[in-house]
Amino acid sequence: MTARMRGPALFTAVALLVLVVAPAVLDPFRLGLLAKYLCFAIAALGIGLAWGQGGMLTLGQGVFFGLGGYSMAMYLKLHDAGPGNLPDFMVWSGVERLPLLWKPFTSPVFAIAAAVVVPAAAAALLGLLVFRQRVRGAYFAILSQALAAAFTIWLVGQQGLTGGTNGLTHFYDVFGRDPETDGAKRIFYFVVAVVLGALYLLARQLMKSRFGRLLVAVRDGEDRVRFLGYNPATVKTVAFAVSAAMAGIAGALYVPVVGIISPSLLGVVPSIELVVAVAIGGRFSLAGAALGGVLLNWAHTTFSEQYPSGWVYLQGLMFILVIMVAPGGVAGAARWAAEAIGRRRTGRGPSSVPEPAGPTHGQKEVAAP
Amino acid sequence: MEALLSQLPIGLSIAAVLMLVALGLTFTFGQMGVINMAHGEFMMAGAYTAYVLQDWTGREAVLAALPVAFAVAGAMGLVLERAAVRRFYGRPLDTLLLTWGVSLVLQQLARDIFGAPNVQVRAPGWLDGGVRMFGSQLPYTRLFIIVLAAVSALAIWAYQNRTRQGRRMRSVMQNRQLAACSGIDTGRVDQLTFFIGSGLAGVAGVALTLIGPIGPNLGTYYIVDAFLVVVAGGLGRLRGAVIAALALGLLDSYAEFWTDASLAKVIGFAAIVVFLQARPQGLFVLRSRALT
Amino acid sequence: MLRKSLPVLASLAAATLLSLAACGDSESSGGTAAASGNTIKVGVLHSLSGTMAISEVTVKNSELMAIDEINAAGGVLGKKLQPVVEDGASDWPTFAEKAQKLIRKDKVATVFGGWTSASRKAMLPVFERNKALLWYPVQYEGLESSPYIYYTGATTNQQIVPALDYLKEKGKKKIFLVGSDYVFPRTANKEIKAYAKANGMTILGEEYTPLGATEYSTLVNKVMQAKPDAVFNTLNGDSNVAFFKQLKSAGATASSLPVMSVSIAEEEVKGIGVDNVAGQLVAWNYYMTTPGKTNETFVKAFRAKYGADKVTSDPMEAGYNAVKLWAAAVQKAGTTEVEAVKKAAGGISLDLPEGKVTIDGANHHMYKTARIGVIQPDGTIKEVWDSGKPIAPDPYLKSYPWAAGLS
Repeated sequence: MTARMRGPALFTAVALLVLVVAPAVLDPFRLGLLAKYLCFAIAALGIGLAWGQGGMLTLGQGVFFGLGGYSMAMYLKLHDAGPGNLPDFMVWSGVERLPLLWKPFTSPVFAIAAAVVVPAAAAALLGLLVFRQRVRGAYFAILSQALAAAFTIWLVGQQGLTGGTNGLTHFYDVFGRDPETDGAKRIFYFVVAVVLGALYLLARQLMKSRFGRLLVAVRDGEDRVRFLGYNPATVKTVAFAVSAAMAGIAGALYVPVVGIISPSLLGVVPSIELVVAVAIGGRFSLAGAALGGVLLNWAHTTFSEQYPSGWVYLQGLMFILVIMVAPGGVAGAARWAAEAIGRRRTGRGPSSVPEPAGPTHGQKEVAAP
Repeated sequence: MEALLSQLPIGLSIAAVLMLVALGLTFTFGQMGVINMAHGEFMMAGAYTAYVLQDWTGREAVLAALPVAFAVAGAMGLVLERAAVRRFYGRPLDTLLLTWGVSLVLQQLARDIFGAPNVQVRAPGWLDGGVRMFGSQLPYTRLFIIVLAAVSALAIWAYQNRTRQGRRMRSVMQNRQLAACSGIDTGRVDQLTFFIGSGLAGVAGVALTLIGPIGPNLGTYYIVDAFLVVVAGGLGRLRGAVIAALALGLLDSYAEFWTDASLAKVIGFAAIVVFLQARPQGLFVLRSRALT
Repeated sequence: MLRKSLPVLASLAAATLLSLAACGDSESSGGTAAASGNTIKVGVLHSLSGTMAISEVTVKNSELMAIDEINAAGGVLGKKLQPVVEDGASDWPTFAEKAQKLIRKDKVATVFGGWTSASRKAMLPVFERNKALLWYPVQYEGLESSPYIYYTGATTNQQIVPALDYLKEKGKKKIFLVGSDYVFPRTANKEIKAYAKANGMTILGEEYTPLGATEYSTLVNKVMQAKPDAVFNTLNGDSNVAFFKQLKSAGATASSLPVMSVSIAEEEVKGIGVDNVAGQLVAWNYYMTTPGKTNETFVKAFRAKYGADKVTSDPMEAGYNAVKLWAAAVQKAGTTEVEAVKKAAGGISLDLPEGKVTIDGANHHMYKTARIGVIQPDGTIKEVWDSGKPIAPDPYLKSYPWAAGLS
C-alpha cells in the first residue's frame, strides 16, 4: 500500500470498526456508553483544532458544550410538555409563563441550528474581544476558565429558566422514540458516530486548506504572521468559533444519548477534563484528540467502577506523565514508534517528514517576556 | 448611606483574602510564567499544617503555624519546581496542565490522610469579637487577615527592592537571557522564587482557617479568583496585584450587596473582560525588550 | 504525521473496543437475574468520590451494615443479599448512568442511593422507564411522588413545617432566609414564605449563594442590618462552615440570633467547629441521642463496625431504614418482583432507631416523627421538641390550606 492510500484506508478501517463491529459485539448498554464517549470525542476534536493546531488553550469548552446541550434539551422538554404546557421543572420552580428565551425552541429546526450557531457566535464574540487585544497564551486560558466558572454559577442561579443544578432531564420522546429503548440507543449511536466521522473529515480538510496553514503559522509565530500582513485575530477567532461549534454539536448529541444536561457537565473541572483527554490522545493530531476523548472516558468508567478513589490518582499521574514524557500524547508516541520501526526497516536516518511533533513544537505562545 | 459605608470594611476584608491568596501566585507567575494550578493545594497544605500543629499548641495554632506553613508549602513548591516545573520554563500552557495533575493527586492525598470531611482549627481566643465600624462589625479575624496581607505585601516589596537576591529576581523577571549573561544563576533564583511563592500560599492557607472550611477542596474554592487577580493586575506586578485585589474585593462586596452572590461573581468576571479590553496586559505592564 | 500515527491509533481503538466487549461479556455471564441462585443482588449507589463523598460515604456504610445484619439473620426469603456498590462521583449524569448499569447489567432487585435532589431527579426517569425500585434516604423539598421511588427521609411537612411551628411557638416572627443556590433551598423557601404569610410571620430577606461559596461577610452584614428574630438556613455542605464562622465573628450568638438549620447533622458539626454552632437549632427526625433500645443497638453496631469515634446521623439512619423496610416488603410479598413488592410495602411498620416508621402505600413516603434539636458544646445534638407521634407524609402539602397553589 502506498503512503497516499494509507490514510483513507485506515479511516475506512476505523469507520468499519465503529459502524459494523462495535454494534455487533456490544450490548445496548455498552453501546450507549460508547455513544457517550464518541460525543466527548467530538468535543475533543474541537479542542484539538483550537489548541493543538491553533495554540489556544481553552479551559472553558464546557460552556459551548452546554450551550449546545441546553438548546437541544429545551426543545425536548417543550416537546414532552406539549403545546401550551410548561416543562415540569418550571412548574415546581413557580414559573407561570413560558420565558421568552424558550419560545423559539418549540421548533426542532431552530433548536438544532441554535446548538451549532449559538456556541459559535458566543465564541466568535469572545474571540473578537480578547484576540483583537492580543490576549493570548496563559491569559486566554485563565479567562476561558473564569468564563466556565461564571457561566455555571449563572446557570445554577436561574432555576426557573434553566432548571438550576438539576439541569434538564426526564425526556420521554426524542424525535418520536423513547430514548430508553434499545432500538433508540442504537440509532443515537449511529448518528453520533457518523457525525464524528464527518466532522473529523471536515476538520482535516480545514487544516489542509490555506486557512489551516495560516492557523499553524499563527500558533508558531503570531507576531511574524502579523508582520506578513495577515490578521491573526481573525484566524484565531474563526478557529475558536469552529471548535466551539463542535463542542455545541457534541452537547446536542449528548442529551438524547445520556438523557440529561446539567451544570455539572460544563464547569471548570469537566472543561479541564476535556483538555486532559486531548493531551493524552495527542494534541497535535486531530485523530489523536478524538481518540483521547474516547480513551479517557472509557478509562474513567472502567476504573471508577473498581477503585473510585484510585481513579483520581491514576488520572493525575497519567496526566503528569504524559505532559512530562510524551507531550504528543498517544498519537505522538505512536508516530514516534512508527518512525523508529520505519528507520530500522529501511536502515535510513531520521524521517524526512518536515513536521516534528516533539516537545519543542508549537510552544511559542509564551506569556512571559 | 450607612449601608454603603458598612460594606466598606467588608470589601476591604474580601480584598485582603484575595490579595493574600494571589500574592504567591503573582510571584511564581510573574517571575517564571509558570501557572501553578497546584497553588490552591499549597494553601490547603498550609491549612492542614495549622490543624496538625494544634495538637501541640492548642488555640494558638494559627500564629505558630504561620512560619511552619510557610516552610512546609515552600518545600512542597521547591520539590515541584525541581522535579517537574523547571523543565517547562517558557511553556506556560504545559505547566498549567502539569500542575493541574499535581493538584488532583494532592487533593486525593489529603483525602486519604486526613479524611474527606472538613476538620476544625480553633481560632485563638484573642481573635474573638471585633470593632464596630460604620454600623457593622469588622471581626478581629478579618483585621488579622488585612494586617497579614499588608505585611506580606510589604515584605515582598522590601525583598524585591532592598535585597541583593530580590534585585536578582527582578532582573531575571525582566530579561532572563540578559540576567544569565550577567552571571546570575537563574536556576537558583527560580528555586528561591518558587519557594517563596509557594510559602506564601501556605501562609494564606493558615489565614483561611479563620474564615472558611478546612478540607481537601479548600484550594479549589479560591484558585479561580486568585488567577483573575493576577491577570487583572498584570504579570508579576506586586502593585498590580494589590490594586486588582482591592478593586475586585470592593466590586464583589458592593455587587453582592445590591444584587446577590451569584450575580456578583458574574459581574466580577464581566468587569475583568471589559477591563482587559482597555489594558490587555493587565494594570501594570512590565516593559521588556525581550522578543516574544 | 497523521498517516504515520493512524495505524497505531486504529489498533488502539480496536483494543478499546475489544476490551469494552470483553467487559460486556464477563458481566453478562456473571449477571444472573437478581433472585436466582442463593443470593439476591441489591444496588448501592452513592458518591464515593467528589464533593458529596463526605456525606454519602457514611450513608453507604450504614446501608451495608443493614445488609450484613439481614444476612447474619438468615437473609431474605432464605437468600443472602449481595450488595453491588457503585460510585455516583458527585455528578448527576453519572448517577443516571450507574443506575442504568445496576438495573440493566447487574439486574439488581432494588437500588438504595442518592443524596442531592439533583441526583434523584437525574435517576428518576431511569427507574420509571425501567420499572425498577429506588430507595432514597435523604430529607428533601417535597412536591414529588414517583411510583418507583420510596422516600425514607423526611418530606417538608415532617421537617420544615415543624421547624417553622417551633420558631412560631418561640415567638420568632421576623425570619431571614439563607440558602445555597439549588433546588432544595429554593423550593423550601417558597414553602416557608407561604407559611409565613398565613401565620403572621415576616420574611426580611431571602439570599442564595453559589454552591461551595466561602465568602459570607456581605451576606452576614445583610442579615445583621435586617435584624431578624431568627435565620432559616438551607445552606449545603462546606458553605455552612464559612457561614457559621463568619456569623460568629460578626458578633452573632445562638441567643442573640438563633439559626435553624436543616442540613447540619452530627457529622457536619465536627467540620464547622462546635465553638461556632453550639446552641444553634436543627430539625431532623433522628439524632444519635434519640432514646430507645433500637437506637442504642444501632449506634453500638455502627461504632463497632466503623470505629468508636464515629457518629450516626439522620440520613445514615434513613439509609439503614430503607434496607430494613425493603427487606420486610420482600418478605411479605414472597418475591423480589417489583410490582409485588410495591403492593406489599404499603402499611409495613417497623421499630427502627428513630422509633416507629410506617410506609405510606399511596405516596411512598414514611410516617416519621419530627424532632427539633439544639447542638451541644460536646458536638452531640439534644432533642428539645418532638411531634409526639409519627406525622403522616404529605409531600404536596395538600392538608395545609396555606400551601394551596404551591405545586
